[in-house]
Amino acid sequence: MKKIEAIIQPHKLEDVKEALKGIGVDGMTITEVRGHGRQKGHKEVYRGQEYHVDLLPKVKLEMVVPTDRCEQIINTLVSAARTGKIGDGKIFTYDVAEAIRIRNNDRGETAL
Amino acid sequence: MYKRFAPLVCLLPALVSAQTAAPGVEQKIADLDKAAKAAQSAGDNAWMLVSAALVLMMTGPGLALFYGGLVRRKNVLGTMMHSFILMALVTVLWAVFGYSLAFGEGNSFVGGFQYLFLNNVGSAPNADYAGTIPQQTFMVYQLMFAIITPALISGAFAERMKFSAMLLFSTLWLIIVYLPMAHMVWGKGGLLNAFSGGALPCFDFAGGTVVHITSGVSALVCAIYLGKRLGYPSEPMKPHNLVISFIGACLLWVGWFGFNAGSALGASGLATSAFVATHFGAAAATIGWLIAEWWRSGHPSVLGGISGCVAGLVAITPASGFVKPFPAMIIGFAAGILCYFMVAYVKGKLGYDDALDAFGVHGVGGTFGAILTGVFATNLVNDALKDSAGNPLPLGAVDGNVMQIARQIGGVAVSVVLAVAGTLIILKICDIFMGVRVDAEQEVQGLDLSMHGEEGYNFEA
Repeated sequence: MKKIEAIIQPHKLEDVKEALKGIGVDGMTITEVRGHGRQKGHKEVYRGQEYHVDLLPKVKLEMVVPTDRCEQIINTLVSAARTGKIGDGKIFTYDVAEAIRIRNNDRGETAL
Repeated sequence: MYKRFAPLVCLLPALVSAQTAAPGVEQKIADLDKAAKAAQSAGDNAWMLVSAALVLMMTGPGLALFYGGLVRRKNVLGTMMHSFILMALVTVLWAVFGYSLAFGEGNSFVGGFQYLFLNNVGSAPNADYAGTIPQQTFMVYQLMFAIITPALISGAFAERMKFSAMLLFSTLWLIIVYLPMAHMVWGKGGLLNAFSGGALPCFDFAGGTVVHITSGVSALVCAIYLGKRLGYPSEPMKPHNLVISFIGACLLWVGWFGFNAGSALGASGLATSAFVATHFGAAAATIGWLIAEWWRSGHPSVLGGISGCVAGLVAITPASGFVKPFPAMIIGFAAGILCYFMVAYVKGKLGYDDALDAFGVHGVGGTFGAILTGVFATNLVNDALKDSAGNPLPLGAVDGNVMQIARQIGGVAVSVVLAVAGTLIILKICDIFMGVRVDAEQEVQGLDLSMHGEEGYNFEA
């Protein structure tokens, strides 16, 4: 099992969800986060007082998937979330030791 | 049935007497005269009661929202409370002694004690001020000005003043600064009252000196005395919610019609003229600020637009009942540009932390408007000042009375001196009794929690 953690542009969330639904991925957790990589922030001015805002709003998707589907899901994610500009985000994957469904104590990939 | 015929029955004696002799005609003229006066009183009183309500609306919710949105999230309630508590505190003080010390007969500096506890303030008009409305209407209308003036100062000490110290400060400030100033400018026999034989006759229609210069200058003294907010200016202190500031500014714009047009003290043509001047001044100032900001920082911001409108409303306040619409636009437009440069450049250079720009907008805009009133005031708009033959006297420089500019500057000087001296003394007293500033831990926590034990936004609730 792999955990996929994708940080994307907030306005791409709907496209990504639709694309993942299209290949049969039906579980994910999303969080509104703020951050930046190479993307520079922007300047805001309030009554002449300048502020540099470098932490920008992003959406973080987290999902745990069977290892053999991981590559396909990543490709789908990348093509749905890409605009081609700096600030599109990043994807990280991790190995997952165990998954447990709380309702009935299912273990492993059946719990996904 | 009885009620329907009652007027007819009442008319019978009048008809009988009219047929008999001339005294009946006189009686009828007297009755008509009385009816005409009652009709005028009804119209004036209706407008003045609405105006009083509009001016209260400027403090709450107007100013409370405007200031509340400009502070950080942790101080929103504390800042709104600064406005709201004054709606209660000043009202009580006004009833006990405030009205009397401002508008009772006294010397040139302060009123007397004849209206203590609102004694003799009833439905009969007070001809010294407004002969067509109940004195109680005049009293409650003037109260609304006394409420908003100390509330304006709170923009300077926002986010760091102890609530207890703010209460004592506002009480003493009302007594030492506001009441004498209101008496000097508007009270019978006041030093600066041009319409009551003042030694230094100034024109201040709706409170350029009384309200905006006193509050704005006192705000600067407070900002310097209290010192900067922790982390200013290195930490970001962005307005936490410009949407509520926007709503507040729009309420201020509307409420200001009560403030300025209401200062005609009746539903007269002068009220209309002040209403128009107010609106045109605000509109031109909004555009003035936005042009300056667009040019200097690249964006015409919403905060800039609403700040410009308030700056224009402030500047037109003393002039509103004396100037024509186009001079009103000139005053507004120039005030918008001037106040923008004041808060965006001069404040930063001088380094004081007037958190919400009470001085930059009210002190500077008020001073500018008070002086320009001496330029543009004309007896074509306001002919209340007459010579012994009954001809209207020239008012400002446009009427040929250039000296008035110097008198206006004199009036500004009196209000600045009173505000600086009074505020310094009051802050010292507050410091001795309780300390004016919250401690660092409370300031970091925010006034909502540390002063009031609650939070403005409970997202988990």
